[in-house]
Amino acid sequence: MMEYFDIYLLEAMVNGLLLGGVLALLALGLNLIFGVIDVVWICYAELIMIGMYGMYYLVQYYGLSYYAAAPLTILLVAFLGLMLHFLVIEPLLDAAPINQLLATGGVLFFLQSFATVAFGIDFRNLGIRLPVLAIGDMYFSYSRLLAFVAALAGMVVVYLFMTRTYMGTAIRAISQDRQIMALMGVDTRKLYLVTSALGGGLAGLAACLLVLQYDVHPFVGLSFGPITFLIVVLGGLGNFVGGFVAAFLFAEIISLGGLFSDLEWGYVLAFAFFIIMMFIRPAGLLARRS
Amino acid sequence: MTSSVTLQKLVPWIVGAALIALPFVYGDPYHLHILILILIWSFAYTSWSMMGRFGLVSLGHGGFMGVGAYVTALLWNHLGVSPWVGIPIALVCAGALALVVAYPCFRFRITGHYFALVTLALSGIVLQIITATRDWTGGSLGYTPSRTTGSHLAALQFDDKTTWYLIALGVWAGGLLIWYWVDRSMDRYALEAISEDEDAAAAAGVNVTFEKLKITVISALMTAFAGAMYCQYQMFISPDTVSGIAISLQMVFAVVVGGIYVAMGPTVGAIITIMLAEGLRVGFGTKAVGWDNLVYGVLLVVFIIFLPKGILGSLLARIRSSSKR
Repeated sequence: MMEYFDIYLLEAMVNGLLLGGVLALLALGLNLIFGVIDVVWICYAELIMIGMYGMYYLVQYYGLSYYAAAPLTILLVAFLGLMLHFLVIEPLLDAAPINQLLATGGVLFFLQSFATVAFGIDFRNLGIRLPVLAIGDMYFSYSRLLAFVAALAGMVVVYLFMTRTYMGTAIRAISQDRQIMALMGVDTRKLYLVTSALGGGLAGLAACLLVLQYDVHPFVGLSFGPITFLIVVLGGLGNFVGGFVAAFLFAEIISLGGLFSDLEWGYVLAFAFFIIMMFIRPAGLLARRS
Repeated sequence: MTSSVTLQKLVPWIVGAALIALPFVYGDPYHLHILILILIWSFAYTSWSMMGRFGLVSLGHGGFMGVGAYVTALLWNHLGVSPWVGIPIALVCAGALALVVAYPCFRFRITGHYFALVTLALSGIVLQIITATRDWTGGSLGYTPSRTTGSHLAALQFDDKTTWYLIALGVWAGGLLIWYWVDRSMDRYALEAISEDEDAAAAAGVNVTFEKLKITVISALMTAFAGAMYCQYQMFISPDTVSGIAISLQMVFAVVVGGIYVAMGPTVGAIITIMLAEGLRVGFGTKAVGWDNLVYGVLLVVFIIFLPKGILGSLLARIRSSSKR
């Protein structure tokens, strides 16, 4: 009896780790946008939803292979991110920060209902069923493994871009001091647009990975949107490392909580953990006390 | 001059009397139903604007509304507790929830983005708990308070639309009274100072945490009451109609469109949103599914960019500036 229990525990822990990779990718995109532009995209998960529909139509209707459709989807969502900044955020850059958050809330409504009107409310999936990997008595799906590896690779690429390129250095500089950078002759507008496209691209990558695990429907964003916001706040808004750590913590709590009861209770546990942590470390997990 | 002042004082009484008399003169059930919905949601939106107007943008009010509706209904169905007792219990629950979430936020100075996201988590939690406890709450399929076999008054269930209209009218007017009461209190000045600059307000002797907690609890209690009223009237609640992020955003949307800084703003917002949704539904039938939110979404973005004071707010500001000249 004890032996079985341990194997289930281990399986849940590894699955939690795999889930954590994707959540960390989601958190990275939001943190990037917030860290550089100082805006929270409430509609981030809905961008992913549109990306998932993109994958669905490219693969099912136009007959592209999964690996050919993925880059196109990433480009599509990157373009959406660009347009979001251009149309909604830019006119509001000087307004109260909360107005920008509410405006993206409006975009959330818009994207959800756009998907309802354009694609209908049916659940759709790619029809790709990846095999299951069995190690001993434990089972892991390849789709999760692929998502984990791709998410890590995506994060490494972003890290290299931010540290090794001129553009990345400029983006990091602008997140430290907005006013001075403009005085130094940096085109902040261009940097904001690049960052928005990058954030959108990360959402697109997440869409390619999540479409393997979830059926697409207009409200699919609600099943991982809120948890992403919790992770980002728990890690400290704009804090990349904090978001990374918080993503794995949350994933483990959800996975282990789901082991003992329903998956929803895993979520409830994670939410409760979040509220308790807000008491203990209100500015984020890794915040330095000032 | 004096005649216009007395006229201004008389207007609310005349409008009030007309609204009370309305169902006895005109009794079309469908139109009364729409009016009742407008009044109940106006009250809910007013309760959101109580704190929203001071820069405390909460996305957790869907959570409070869910608590108000579900606690009342669960107590009635499972324990046979009358809503007359159940609603106060639900209010206490919502108030306690507001305290638990808001106290650390205000104590540790979580404002702006952070506050919005923490409260967003709250609506998420309430939605997940309702879904997870589906053995009692019916989960996402929704929940119906059982029909009373005894007194309608004790169960707060009326089949008559006129009765409900008068109740909703009273609740709505009560919400406006609370709005004016806060508007004329010292707390309003304290909260406005806080929303401008917390440190300066604290230095001037304002108890920042206490003032914010007070308005948050008032706002949460009103929202929970709105949830309970909605439940008793509709006799059907589901996690998607009384809780969750969508409802929280809907409140924000209606208030922003109507006008966040004026008393009647939320009411104007409720009239616009509900008429829009009903108009599309009647005009286009099932083809209109999703269209109302599509229009909401675009309107919300357009309003925040071009008309942040809302329709009524901008209108009143224009009238005031032209009368000064």
